[in-house]
Amino acid sequence: MAVVSPVAAEKFGLGRPALPEEIAAWDLDVAPDGTGLPTGSGDVFTGEEVFAEKCAVCHGDFAEGVGNWPKLAGGQGTLDHEDPLKTVGSYWPYLSTTWDYVNRSMPFGDAQSLTPDEVYAIVAYILYSNDLVDDEFVLSDETFKQVELPNADGFILDDRLDAEKHFWNPEPCMENCKDSVEITMRALVLDVTPEEEGAEAAAEAAPVQEAVAEEAVEEPVETAAVLDPELVAKGEKTFKKCKACHQVGENAKSKTGPILNGIVGAPAGHAEGFRYSKAMKAAAEDGLVWDEAELAAFLAKPKKYMKGTKMSFAGLKKDSDIEAVIAYLQSYSR
Amino acid sequence: APDPLITEVQDWASGLGEGVDATPYGLPIKYESDVVRRNVEWLTADTISSINFTPIHALDGTITPQGCAFERHHSGAIELRKEDYRLMINGLVDTPLVFTYEDLERFPRENRVYFCECAANSGMEWAGAQLNGAQFTHGMIHNMEYSGISLRTLLEEAGVSPEGKWVYVEGADASSNGRSIPLEKAMDDVLVAFKANGEALRKEHGYPVRLVVPGWEGNMWIKWLRRVEVMDQPVESREETSKYTDTLANGISRKWTWEMDAKSVVTSPSPQAPITHGAGPLVITGLAWSGRGAITGVDVTLDGGKTWTEARLAAPGTDKALTRFYLDINWDGSEMLLQSRAKDSTGYVQPTKAQLREVRGLNSIYHNNAIQTWWVKANGEAENVEVS
Repeated sequence: MAVVSPVAAEKFGLGRPALPEEIAAWDLDVAPDGTGLPTGSGDVFTGEEVFAEKCAVCHGDFAEGVGNWPKLAGGQGTLDHEDPLKTVGSYWPYLSTTWDYVNRSMPFGDAQSLTPDEVYAIVAYILYSNDLVDDEFVLSDETFKQVELPNADGFILDDRLDAEKHFWNPEPCMENCKDSVEITMRALVLDVTPEEEGAEAAAEAAPVQEAVAEEAVEEPVETAAVLDPELVAKGEKTFKKCKACHQVGENAKSKTGPILNGIVGAPAGHAEGFRYSKAMKAAAEDGLVWDEAELAAFLAKPKKYMKGTKMSFAGLKKDSDIEAVIAYLQSYSR
Repeated sequence: APDPLITEVQDWASGLGEGVDATPYGLPIKYESDVVRRNVEWLTADTISSINFTPIHALDGTITPQGCAFERHHSGAIELRKEDYRLMINGLVDTPLVFTYEDLERFPRENRVYFCECAANSGMEWAGAQLNGAQFTHGMIHNMEYSGISLRTLLEEAGVSPEGKWVYVEGADASSNGRSIPLEKAMDDVLVAFKANGEALRKEHGYPVRLVVPGWEGNMWIKWLRRVEVMDQPVESREETSKYTDTLANGISRKWTWEMDAKSVVTSPSPQAPITHGAGPLVITGLAWSGRGAITGVDVTLDGGKTWTEARLAAPGTDKALTRFYLDINWDGSEMLLQSRAKDSTGYVQPTKAQLREVRGLNSIYHNNAIQTWWVKANGEAENVEVS
């Protein structure tokens, strides 16, 4: 019979010791003094190549940013302006932060795929884009400490208790606090509030959704019959690698990459309004059609298949992944 | 004329409704389908790394249902099974440890209600009134009852070395979203939570395990928590240098602005919740909170701040949790400039926009806790405005 006794404030003996290999696999953070940096190096030129292949699709060839994606260069001297431009060069205080973030979280949608040398090279190129090093520069665990970022001294610790101590005012005014009150600004003047589609029809929204769902069920029946649902499900998982740039399905739009509804069997360059690369436009004019074989070849090695494509994805290594993604895309036939 | 809804036999009064198993896990009735999270598309490049907003204009009480509690992801909401979950404590400890989900369930548990507010809540309003609705201006907040274990318990299990001054916490997702937290806070009220409002965390809130950092900015509440490293210095990660730092007018930026200052907002009437019943009895209601302690009172003004009236708190304020307030009035049908002003247990009083801008300028992005004004017109519609 179990004995119920109060648990002492001592250890519970739960969990197990972490192994050195496990700690090494997860403990990747790098501190401002360089603690945690692996051995390695990369130069600006290599960085430019790697950046063009893996980063430029969102951050631009010159780290200037594409659309709403972050700008990594420029903005020095703007921090006290209206709408300051905050980049690695103008704002980030420590180089370790850039190295650490690129190493662990980039590229977006394919994190932790870079080698230490590639990370050193990319970071060297970002520094170069910010005019902080010359084109001969080689960043390594050795040279890391030579680099100081311009805004290193641009930060103070939270001083609200001091700078805002007048907000601690237990007896605020309750009566006759102002002589007059005028409206000085209205949100409607700017009006950036998202539009509600058919706001007054909110109560009807549910039945409408149901109707859409029913329609959707009827349509894909013929394609669904030939598609292996397990393969489609697998493809949906693999498609996560593509999601940073591509959307498919209901409400999908062209983003960094074109919308993919109906891509299987479609002529190349079919997404209206999307700015395709010259290479893709040329292929479209030559009559390229994305049948399963062409798509499979493209997805295996995009840059080899089509020199000059804007798609910076390295490619799917496994044939089974390619087959699955195509099946998944086929499930969105229109 | 007699009301046919009363005088005629309605379908629902003669036919039958759904059986008990129609919805094994229920959703709100379809008539409430507009009470949902909403996104402001122009804010970010992609919904995978973005934020949406709690429909606070349509909720009451203080507990936020998980299904409409705002989401913020940096690399998307991942799917991580309990069976695949591991939590590592390493760094300056006697014994680095690895816990499974089952291990965590065997430590003594606590239940606590706390609000979680994104540091950027109201951030789009720094330069002026922009978004028309409490959901958009103040909806990066939720308030849940968490069940979990004290982080202190786990740290003590590993044995913190005397040199330990900070913990670095990170998630299992691609962003990892790592943050440094002073050891003092980590040993105080931080929770390693696995349930919210009685049920498992939702995927979008960090299933199966997230960190709860009471009163401090939401970015530090690491989701899919996978590692806690005891350190002698902060990491100065992306989320605590390039983001979540507050730039002042002179270009210098504050860092480590962790506490969320006292704040409140009238949730109804508001632009998405206009008055539709005309003059007469009117319930004015809203939410107040403070990351520094408990709400002790909320004042409401109908005239843009000339005269204030103390609102009724639905229940006494509790530490770092949402407080619901009400002001029941007899509306005469004339225009109102409606504001609320929160007061907390440290003696802090929510400032006006002018007061905040005087100290911080317009470029802070984060930590805007200024008083909000709704211009309620004679027809009952409301607009987000600023007043002198």
